Amino acid sequence: MVALRDCRHGFQAGFGGSLIWPNSEGYLHKMSRLIIEAGRSEREYWRDLWRYRELFYFLAWRDLLVRYKQTFVGVAWSLIRPLLTVLVLTVVFGRFGKMPSGGSPYPLLALCGMLPWQFFSSALSESGSSLVSNSNLISKVYFPRLVIPASSVITSFVDFLITALFLVIMLIWYRVLPPPHVVLFPVFVLLAFAASFGAGLWIAALMVKYRDFRFIVPFIVQFGLYISPVGYESNVVPSRFRLVYSLNPMVGVIDGFRWCVLGGEHVIYWPGMAVSFAAVTAMVASGIWYFRKTERTFADVI
Amino acid sequence: MSHSVITVENLSKRYIIGHQRSKDDGFRHVIEDAIRAPFKWLRSSQERKKRQKEEFLALQGVSFQVKQGDVLGIIGRNGAGKSTLLKILSRITEPTTGKISIDGRVASLLEVGTGFHPELTGRENIFLNGAILGMSRVEIKMKFDEIVAFSEVEKFLDTPVKRYSSGMYVRLAFAVAAHLEPEILIIDEVLAVGDTQFQAKCLGKMGEVARGGRTVLFVSHNMAAVKQLCSRLIFLQNGKLHLDADTPSVIDEYLHGITYDQGTWVRKQAIPSKDGVFFKALAVVDSKGRETGVLSSTDKFSVDINFVATAVILDAQIAIRFTNQDGIVAFTTSSTDYKRGFTVIQIGAHHFTVAFDATFFPSGKYHLQFAAHVSGKVLFDLVDLSLTIEETGTLRTVCRDDRLGVVNPVFEWREE
Repeated sequence: MVALRDCRHGFQAGFGGSLIWPNSEGYLHKMSRLIIEAGRSEREYWRDLWRYRELFYFLAWRDLLVRYKQTFVGVAWSLIRPLLTVLVLTVVFGRFGKMPSGGSPYPLLALCGMLPWQFFSSALSESGSSLVSNSNLISKVYFPRLVIPASSVITSFVDFLITALFLVIMLIWYRVLPPPHVVLFPVFVLLAFAASFGAGLWIAALMVKYRDFRFIVPFIVQFGLYISPVGYESNVVPSRFRLVYSLNPMVGVIDGFRWCVLGGEHVIYWPGMAVSFAAVTAMVASGIWYFRKTERTFADVI
Repeated sequence: MSHSVITVENLSKRYIIGHQRSKDDGFRHVIEDAIRAPFKWLRSSQERKKRQKEEFLALQGVSFQVKQGDVLGIIGRNGAGKSTLLKILSRITEPTTGKISIDGRVASLLEVGTGFHPELTGRENIFLNGAILGMSRVEIKMKFDEIVAFSEVEKFLDTPVKRYSSGMYVRLAFAVAAHLEPEILIIDEVLAVGDTQFQAKCLGKMGEVARGGRTVLFVSHNMAAVKQLCSRLIFLQNGKLHLDADTPSVIDEYLHGITYDQGTWVRKQAIPSKDGVFFKALAVVDSKGRETGVLSSTDKFSVDINFVATAVILDAQIAIRFTNQDGIVAFTTSSTDYKRGFTVIQIGAHHFTVAFDATFFPSGKYHLQFAAHVSGKVLFDLVDLSLTIEETGTLRTVCRDDRLGVVNPVFEWREE
C-alpha cells in the first residue's frame, strides 16, 4: 500500500482549473456607449432602426414564407381573393345597382378600387395584430418595435404587387391604354402605403393594451369596404359631402388609382385629394408619435 | 483591466399590479374612466391611497459595476428581481428610476429559440433567429456550418422545426445563440434545457465565450453552473442587492439562507386522508444511538424513516437525496435498492433504516430531501432536513478534503 502522504497534489488543476477565465484586454476598441434611463428618448432610436433593417427583411420574409405553407393552391390565394371580390362587386354594383362606371368596363373600375383597398385592409389587420402575435419576441429581445408592424405592411405589399400584375393582364384583355399621367401611379401607391402604415401603427400599439381592437379591426375593414369608393365611383357622393368624405384617406388613394390607370372620365377632385393627403400625413405622424410613446411599456403590458 | 463596461446606478423598477380591477386594462374601462373623471374628487382619499399601494417594486436601488471581461452571476430566489434586471439591461423594458451605462454591443439571451417559427425549416430558422438576436446575414452565413455542426441536426435542416423532437429544437436554438459574438452577453437560465450531455456542451461553450475576453452576465438557479462559470456573484433578495462578492462566499450565503430542521423531523399535522405514503418521523442517528444533526466525519450513522401507507401502492418508494453546500446533488439512495419486499408497501406503519458511513462524505453541510413517491408519476410526500458532517481530523479525512468531487469513496489501492 502506498501511503497517501501528500494529498495536495494533482486534482486542483483538473476540471476546475480549466475554467479559470483570463481577463483579456483585447476588446476595448471603439465601443459605443449606451445609456439606459427612464423616459430617455433615445437619440439612437433611428440609428437602431437602420441597424435592424435586416431583421425587418427577415420578418417580412418569414411572414411571406409562412403565409401559404400547407395550403393547396399557395400564392394563388392572393389572386383568387381579389378576383372573386371584383366579380361580386361588378355583379352587385354594376349589374344590379346600375352604378355609373365612367366609361370604363366595370370589372376594371372595381379592380382599381379593390387593389388599394385589399392592400389597405390586409395591411391594417396584419400590422394591427402583429405586435400581439409576436409577443414572445417583444418580451424577450430588444429591437426597435417599429420593425414589426412595418414588416407586416411589407408582407401585404407583396400581395398587392401580385394583384397589380393581374390588373395589367386585365388592362390588356380590355385593351385599355393608361393615360400618360400613369407615371404618377407610384405616388398613389406610396399614399396607400403610408395610409396603411399609419393606421397599422395606431391599431398595433392600441391592441397591445386593449385587445378590444381585435374585434374592432374586422369591423373597420368590413365597414370600410362600403364607405370607400371600392365598388363605385366617388363622384356618386353628393358634392357637399365630398370634402368630409375625403377624410377617409382611401378615397384619395382609390380616386388617384383610377385617374392614373384608367384616365378618361375619371378625374380627381383636387380639394378632396388634398384633404386625403393631409389625413394620411396626420395619421402617419400621429401613429409614429403614439407608437414611440407607448413602445417603452410594450414588454410590461403585452 | 479595471475598465467598467456596465455601470448600474440606483436602479428601480415599479410594476403596478391589480390596479383595483382586473389586470387586463379593457377598453371599456378607459371609456368608463373618461365618464367618471369629473366625479373623481368624490372618491375618498383613503380609497385613493389604497390604489396607490397596489404597486410592486421588482427592483429597488440596485447598483453595481461590471468590469471588462468579468463573468458575473446573478442569483436569487424566485421573484427576487433577476429577470427584471436582465430585461432592463437588455432594453426590453425601461427602469422606473436609475441609470445604466453600457459600453459595447450587447446581446441578450433570455430564452433559447426566441422567434423560432414552427412552420419554417431548420435552415430558415437559423437565419431568422440569428437576425432576431442581432446577427447580420453575412455573419450568419459565415458561421452557418459551425452552427449546424454544433447543433447536430444536419440531417433535418430542411424539415420544418415543428417536426423536430424537443431535444433537437433546443440544440438548434442554442447553437445559433452560442455563435453570437457580442462584447457583452446577457444570459438567463438557458442551461436548463436539453439532456445532461448537451448541457455540459453548452456550459463548455459559454466558458469559451467568457475566456474570449467577453463580459458575461449570467442568471441561474444552478449553483454548479454558476460556480463553474462566474468569478463574481450578485445575490438579489426581494428586489434589493443583498450581496455582491466573490462566488464562494455568495453561494455560501445563498444556500445557508435556507434553514431546515437539523437531523430530526416529526409530522405535526395529521396524516392526509388520501391514498398514499406519508412520513411520520425522520431522524439521523449516530453510532451511539443519539438523534443528532451534527456528525463526526469518522462516525457511522443511520437514518430512521417512519412512515404510513394509507393504501397499497405498487412501485411506491422512499428516496433520500443528499445535496451538498454547493447545491450539487451528491447522490440519491432509494428503497428500491433493497430489492426484496419494499416494492409493494402494505397498508400501515413502517419503519425503514438506512446505514451510512460518514467517511463517505466530505465535511460540510448537507441538505437531505426525503421523498415518498412512485418514480416519475406521483409524489406523495416531501420533507427536508439538514445535516452537518464535522471534520474530526484524522490524516485520512484531512487529505480527502482537498480532492475535488462530491463524495469520498474509499477504494482499494495496492502496490504490486
